[in-house]
Amino acid sequence: MAHARPNPLFRNLMAKLAAIPMILTAMVVFVGGTAWTVTYSFTNSKLLPREKFVGLQQYERLWETERWMVSIENLMIYGICSMVLSLLIGFVLAALMDQKIRFENTFRTIILYPFALSFIVTGLVWQWILNPEFGIQGIVRGMGWVGFTFDPLYNAQIVIFGILIAGLWQGTGLVMVLMLAGLRGIDQEIWKAARVDGIPMWKTYLFIVIPMMRPVFITTLVIIASGIVKLYDLVVAQTSGGPGIASEVPAKYVYDYMFSGQNLGQGFAASTMMLLAVLIVVIPWAYLEFGGKKRV
Amino acid sequence: MSEPASLSATAAGADAVAPALSGPRGPRPRKRLSRANIIVYGTLIVVSLYYLLPLYVMVVTSLKGMPEIRLGNIFAPPMEITFEPWVKAWSEACTGLNCDGLSRGFWNSVRITVPSVVLSIAIASVNGYALANWRFKGADVFFTILIFGAFIPYQVMLYPIVILLREMGLYGTLGGLVIVHSIFGMPILTLLFRNYFTSLPEELFKAARVDGAGFWGIYFRIMLPMSLPIFVVAMILQVTGIWNDFLFGVVYTKPDIYPMTVQLNNIVNSVQGVKEYNVNMAATLLTGLVPLVIYFVSGKLFVRGIAAGAVKG
Amino acid sequence: MTHMRNLLAASTALCAGAVHAADLEVTHWWTSGGEAAAVAELARALDANPDHSWVDGAIAGGGGTARPIVVSRIIGGDPMGAFQFNHGRQAEELIEAGLLRDMTHVAEAEGWADIVNPPSLLEACTVDGRIYCAPVNIHSWQWLWLSNAAFEAAGVDVPTNWDEYTAAADALRAADIQPLALGAQPWQSSGLFNVLMATLAGPEVLTQIYGEGDSELAAGEEMARVFQAAAAARDMARGSNVQDWNQATNLVITDAAGGQIMGDWAQGEFAVAGETAGADYTCLPGLGVRDVISTGGDAFYFPETGDAEIEAAQDALAAILLAPDTQVAFNLKKGSLPIRGDVDLAAANDCMKKGLEILAAGSTMPDVNMLNTEDTNNQLNDLFVQFFQDDGITPEAAQETFVSIVRRKD
Repeated sequence: MAHARPNPLFRNLMAKLAAIPMILTAMVVFVGGTAWTVTYSFTNSKLLPREKFVGLQQYERLWETERWMVSIENLMIYGICSMVLSLLIGFVLAALMDQKIRFENTFRTIILYPFALSFIVTGLVWQWILNPEFGIQGIVRGMGWVGFTFDPLYNAQIVIFGILIAGLWQGTGLVMVLMLAGLRGIDQEIWKAARVDGIPMWKTYLFIVIPMMRPVFITTLVIIASGIVKLYDLVVAQTSGGPGIASEVPAKYVYDYMFSGQNLGQGFAASTMMLLAVLIVVIPWAYLEFGGKKRV
Repeated sequence: MSEPASLSATAAGADAVAPALSGPRGPRPRKRLSRANIIVYGTLIVVSLYYLLPLYVMVVTSLKGMPEIRLGNIFAPPMEITFEPWVKAWSEACTGLNCDGLSRGFWNSVRITVPSVVLSIAIASVNGYALANWRFKGADVFFTILIFGAFIPYQVMLYPIVILLREMGLYGTLGGLVIVHSIFGMPILTLLFRNYFTSLPEELFKAARVDGAGFWGIYFRIMLPMSLPIFVVAMILQVTGIWNDFLFGVVYTKPDIYPMTVQLNNIVNSVQGVKEYNVNMAATLLTGLVPLVIYFVSGKLFVRGIAAGAVKG
Repeated sequence: MTHMRNLLAASTALCAGAVHAADLEVTHWWTSGGEAAAVAELARALDANPDHSWVDGAIAGGGGTARPIVVSRIIGGDPMGAFQFNHGRQAEELIEAGLLRDMTHVAEAEGWADIVNPPSLLEACTVDGRIYCAPVNIHSWQWLWLSNAAFEAAGVDVPTNWDEYTAAADALRAADIQPLALGAQPWQSSGLFNVLMATLAGPEVLTQIYGEGDSELAAGEEMARVFQAAAAARDMARGSNVQDWNQATNLVITDAAGGQIMGDWAQGEFAVAGETAGADYTCLPGLGVRDVISTGGDAFYFPETGDAEIEAAQDALAAILLAPDTQVAFNLKKGSLPIRGDVDLAAANDCMKKGLEILAAGSTMPDVNMLNTEDTNNQLNDLFVQFFQDDGITPEAAQETFVSIVRRKD
């Protein structure tokens, strides 16, 4: 491999030139933008970014705010559930698709199509279906089961799961497709060999196929996780953060304070905390990925 | 891709799901309705129903008149089918003073989406290729920063990018918006391509190097032809993301290039007056139609791409 | 900031050649049927002058959506010709940064100081003696909308004030009618509370607390009573599972709810549903407790563009917005009150006329938007949406949080 050889400068020159857009994006936009955000989180900027530094005031206020705490808790619950469930469901569906079934095209399209719809639309539709008056609860009660209760969007204890239902509906299709692309990349010989050795299918998947799909899992994880951190539109469309503040999430806190609340400093402080949390996850990952000598 | 391999997979499935039924091993007649098949198809059909339910609600609602919607049962099929909401959503719904519905923004969305998708995928695939096969010093650092960038909430970047575009003289132009979409598509796409190119057999790359092929030669003649599935996945991601984008489109351009989602937002989010759910649903379906059609078409490409990718084995 | 302004001037000067001189792009969030009809009146008036033409930049979703667009366009150096904000403190920073155009010359030529009523509207546009915005209408919050049929069904008379209304709550419940309709959007909850505060404790209390940041008064006995009333309202609102304010209004229209506290824009909903004030529904300004209405509303601001042609169009629009004909045509469509007392609004309905009478009598109070920054409003939203949705929060605990918000405000 290229990196394993001695690299005279000129030979990699083209690769470096080709990577200029990436380098600029990384340094100017992501590093620069983040530095800008962090800097202004120490100001009391309101509608416009201004250099009026107030120290840690925005952070103190942030951590005193109940809504922020609720937001973090919700994101943890949603994040863990969404991560586990979408990987699980996505992989199982992809494995089912990979059984040389008929109508694969149809099934795949059906499972993937929600991804074509925006979160706003997703939220709107599920808000209806979960509406106790005329959604599922109403229909079941109408069929005579009067005691039936299913109103996740109106119950502060479980509202985040109501959002999860919609989020999974929208997102598992993509996970399924990514997994399917990964499964299709697995050499058919491996299946033959496993079969000859009499290894049960689930073991083949668990101990041979999944480890081989590591890059696909990483891609998928990053896609799911970045979507989770940015969770915003879905909540706005489904509950607007309600009932009360029971389904608030951090990205919504950031947006609301930056633009509705006209308190950029507070929004930047909140987003700095979010970015810090992301760093805590990304740096160990990068270390594992690049710190070791070998890549898979 | 050979038949026996696929059959063995199915048979292995039977073993896994129903060990009690460990009858005669070996290839089975393809058309037989085995218990494994029932479970596979049963699961898929149930799952499909769950996925189709909201679409059904949307379609049914978009075909009802408002009086019928007020009756309240969202699952009931329309008693009287009307296409009025569709007509209204496409050509009559008002955005402020402009009462020409979604049709106004349609071509703008195309003008935004096509160059953005092409540019972002072009950049990201080259990035991924360089990162996978031509790793240079510091590449990992930039890549890590890029991955970090995937997690930055878009809203936070609004103002820094306004300033950036202003300095570049691109603020308010289509070109500026295309660059913004390329920037925010870059992290995930680069990751996607990098991991895909990494998973391709090294021997191909080495052989091409021995033959004296250079950076672009290998990219165009070896890598691209083998990468159809991942290009399709990337296209699905980008078309969806960019077509459905509202925030960037509205913040970085001007009314004459506003994408269709701005009209959709105006139809769906008009907070005053009676909410016309049927028009909302028709508008949503119309807006979602382009990505949906692309999925349908690219689904076939996807399969063909996988077939092509299987050559490598 | 000066650096930014120079840049801005430079870039706009560059653009000036390309932009078609007569076009004035106007950004606003009036997108519903009635609102769009009202905007059309403004556009028609501007287009009547062959030199100028209105380019519509409507964005639905209110200030939260429109604000980043307006600010981005301005700091991006490519501003629109005019934009709509709620007047009050929302634009004060843009003015301080010198990004908005001083419209005092238009105000003086048109004699705004003499015609704008109440004068507080013009004061909200004034910074350091210069006028930066053109107010177009008055919206007030302090209205209780009651369904006559709902009270008939419950066998009680239609209340004439808040106390009678709360007393009727049990009867309404017994008749399976939602006593008070309240949507789940945060601003509705804080709006409801602010109305209770302005009517039960009085406008002076509200002005003192929000305007002066008087946290002692906020912690006091008077406010404790308002919080008790809010808790009573919470009991009455329990069970109204709706999001949008107009869905809540719809509960009143369909007689499924007894009443709703909402601003005067609600009467547009009654009108669309074909209901008649007095016969089908009753409106009680100031909750029937005291005749007072707040004078919030909308205003247009004009960014600095450095382009003489656009400035001419901006001047023309500013003058047109306050012209008597425009005021009548616009406000009848919008359902709001005109900002000048000298126009004839004969076509107004009963509720609007009540509002006009109170306005003429001078029983007005400043809108919360004029006293609070959006930051404070946002915190109040968070507090009250939680309070009204969660029975577990005692009025005392809520008051404590309220005091800390007041103490923190600037």
